[in-house]
Amino acid sequence: MSLSSRHLLQLEGTPKKDLDLILDTAESFREILDRPIKKVPPLRGKTVVNIFYEPSTRTKLSFELAEKRLSADTMTFTTAMSSVRKGESLKDTVRNIEAMKIDMVVVRHSSAGVPYYLTQCLEANIINAGDGTHEHPTQGLLDIFTIRQKYGKIKGLRVLLVGDLKHSRVARSNIWGLKTLGASVAICGPSTLLPYEAEKFGIDVYTDIDEAMEGVDVVNILRIQLERQKAGLFPSQREYTNLFGITTERLKRLNKNYTIMHPGPMNRGVEISNDVADSPASVILSQVTNGQAVRMAVLYLLSGAEEQGNKV
Amino acid sequence: MNKNNAHEIMDDHKMARAITRIAHEILERNGGAESLVIVGILTRGAHLAARLAETIKGIEGVDIPVGLMDINLYRDDVHFNPDQPEVRKTEIMFDIDEKNLILVDDVLYTGRTIRAALSQIIDLGRPWTVQLAVLVDRGHRQLPIRADYVGKNIPTSFEDNVRVYFTESDESDQVVLYPATDKKSKNGEIK
Amino acid sequence: MQFDLLIINGTLMDPGFGFTKKADLGIKDGKIAKVFDEGKLTRKVIDKFPAESIVDAEGAIVTPGLVDIHVHFREPGREDKETIQSGSRAAAAGGFTTVACMPNTQPAIDNQETVKFVTSLAEKGDCRVYCVGAITKNRDGEELSEIGDLVKAGVVAISDDGDYLQNPEMMRRALEYARMFDIPVISHAEDEFLAGGGIVNESFESSRLGMQGRPAVAEEIAILRDIKLAGLTGGRLHIAHVSTAGGVEAIRRGKAEGVKVTAEVAPHHFTLTDDLIGEKFDTNLRVNPPIRSEADRQAMIKGLIDGTIDCIATDHAPHTEEEKDVEFDQASPGMIGLETSLGLAITELSDRGYLAIPDLLRKMSSNPAKIIGLEPNSLNEGEVADITIFDPEARWVVKKEKFLSKSKNSPFVGRKLKGKIKATVMGGRITYRAK
Repeated sequence: MSLSSRHLLQLEGTPKKDLDLILDTAESFREILDRPIKKVPPLRGKTVVNIFYEPSTRTKLSFELAEKRLSADTMTFTTAMSSVRKGESLKDTVRNIEAMKIDMVVVRHSSAGVPYYLTQCLEANIINAGDGTHEHPTQGLLDIFTIRQKYGKIKGLRVLLVGDLKHSRVARSNIWGLKTLGASVAICGPSTLLPYEAEKFGIDVYTDIDEAMEGVDVVNILRIQLERQKAGLFPSQREYTNLFGITTERLKRLNKNYTIMHPGPMNRGVEISNDVADSPASVILSQVTNGQAVRMAVLYLLSGAEEQGNKV
Repeated sequence: MNKNNAHEIMDDHKMARAITRIAHEILERNGGAESLVIVGILTRGAHLAARLAETIKGIEGVDIPVGLMDINLYRDDVHFNPDQPEVRKTEIMFDIDEKNLILVDDVLYTGRTIRAALSQIIDLGRPWTVQLAVLVDRGHRQLPIRADYVGKNIPTSFEDNVRVYFTESDESDQVVLYPATDKKSKNGEIK
Repeated sequence: MQFDLLIINGTLMDPGFGFTKKADLGIKDGKIAKVFDEGKLTRKVIDKFPAESIVDAEGAIVTPGLVDIHVHFREPGREDKETIQSGSRAAAAGGFTTVACMPNTQPAIDNQETVKFVTSLAEKGDCRVYCVGAITKNRDGEELSEIGDLVKAGVVAISDDGDYLQNPEMMRRALEYARMFDIPVISHAEDEFLAGGGIVNESFESSRLGMQGRPAVAEEIAILRDIKLAGLTGGRLHIAHVSTAGGVEAIRRGKAEGVKVTAEVAPHHFTLTDDLIGEKFDTNLRVNPPIRSEADRQAMIKGLIDGTIDCIATDHAPHTEEEKDVEFDQASPGMIGLETSLGLAITELSDRGYLAIPDLLRKMSSNPAKIIGLEPNSLNEGEVADITIFDPEARWVVKKEKFLSKSKNSPFVGRKLKGKIKATVMGGRITYRAK
């Protein structure tokens, strides 16, 4: 049982069998989270380093916990305590860390392609925890896992992503993963916040939220970053909420047994109303729990994959 | 595996008799079924666990909680294996604290699987006792572990292969010994 | 007659004067002293000649020295990337005998002193180095440089290259003023409001990679504006490194309307496309203007064929390893190009049947020379001996360690090319000879 790559860099191009293996394995790990002792030994003796060049609370915590629950030794390094500001290059920083004899690196960085770059400088297994606005594969996987948990399948479902699609790494990972697994994917947001030539992702593109919601099973609501408004990409928060905010009223067009998701952190009252966020259809907290199981699965599966590389 | 020299150790009748005997022994030693829970090690230990529970129900008329356990996360050879073993679901939907837990596997060999299972059990709770039931004990222990209930003791050489088949996953109920033919041993591998 | 240098057994190709013939050249005092028709130069003369002063051009084409009107030699200011010395050596290795340096040095080439500094360093170098002066003082787009002074010091054009002159009024003045001296104003045509912050071409590729795009329209608008202003003022406009189909079309129409506009294309814009970026996030592919789509690449080739694009210029932009071995969006934009230009042009243009070799050579020698007001090089007797000798059939692989440029930032490393420089002669001196 192994993945076809020794790194997890992106869901674009990740084959279906790898996605299935990660999701199936996550299913097994999900049970461990309900045990009195939420810890298993397979990464005993492995050292995992979390390198966060961008502020993050939940992803960082989720990875740290997942690593600890697999009995790995972990350390976390964030920009605040890094030598980045002292002018050290990324390459030197990560090589210094690797010289401390580590096995895996979880990296978040504001530049797209950094996880790939690290595979070229390091021998460790690399997991992308978000690179610029490119991809955030474990978030995509946990969203997909959460959907599969509810419906028992992905194939044939209609999933709508709403919000700032242009600057969303979560959206890109969701789109690629869902499409590989046979879902039909649509996006909806202000036209200034849609990726250029977005239809080339092989998805349906909407700017009218009510039209977009028609026949949808899962709505994944992305966080709208308020600094985009200052950059002139939409006129005001008020107008955004009026045009794209998800309210109970708007849910009527969805399929029965619909699901509401949000990768967090939420701006309640902006992209999602309170009653939608807290409704029975909302699986927002399950997403957080499932994130643990998915990250444990990824760490577990990649930790075995070193022999294929240049490490003996 | 040498299919040509394979010979049957137990047929379906012998297996059924052994399972019935083990069920009686378990009940006798624990003074009934009240405090019992059964946990089978995936895959074929789980089949045996289900058979034992069924047999006990036939004798005592009570349903004993039965769980499944995957021991792969607790293996001691993870770092020696280039491929990560597949992780299947452990399903123990009941409390094991203060219970007499009957741990079930098909074949007892080096004892490493049982060691892994015991480690996992300790992470899951604190049973009053853990008792081990196996259908076949083929010897060659590498750890200080013994079975409390044994269907049949079979003398083997280290390189031989012993397979237990259950109709749940195989064609018939049967125990087969495949004698070693070549030098390719499976040293240290957990069966 | 006594010669300093003989170039023998080659095929002379002088597209400017329109001849191709087998002949030998005798060079004396930096000039082409004698053209010997095939067989006229006797074995006896050759055998007596010292071997180090003979270039055997067997199987090769002997052509007037190549000219690159867009290079960055980084001196003064960033001698760690390139110097006049190392840059001119790289130019010679690429077959160039003349280059024009862009003024975005530190300090900028916006005064006579800096021009004199650069040209004095170039005297010892391996090619002729001309300066392009800055349009505005310190290239900051505020006040015109002393352009008359710069011309007196020898600048051949003016440009604020690296930046687009955002203020259209300033651009109008520059074109009007430069007209007095009959020098072109070279425009790095990218509207900063539209392109600013972008690191790759805006396309599905930028969407896929989540990288901010530089839209084609930023170039198109900038070119259209400058053509309008050139039309208004009658000044000479040269569009640097055109990269978009729309940009080429704008230039085509400008020419048809009689505007004095010329254009260049860089080899990477007719060879590379933006879908390569996501493969390895190679920072050497980061360049402004960015490498574009396949349709744009095709438009470059079409523009070269129909004459809309007058010449090939490398935009040779050296950067240190430290500046390139970083995150993609942190990498300095630009790539070196002098040593791969002819090989790429032959491989991608001639070999694929788009441009015959004489047409190609025109775009790499006589046309660019004319744009910056130089007399084109030629192989006629009495002319200055600036000569490029290359084997159009030789195949080679681009190797990082073989670059003579101080910087090695080329995305073409590992690429197989056809067409290889055998030797370069500048003023009768061998400035490069292949091993």
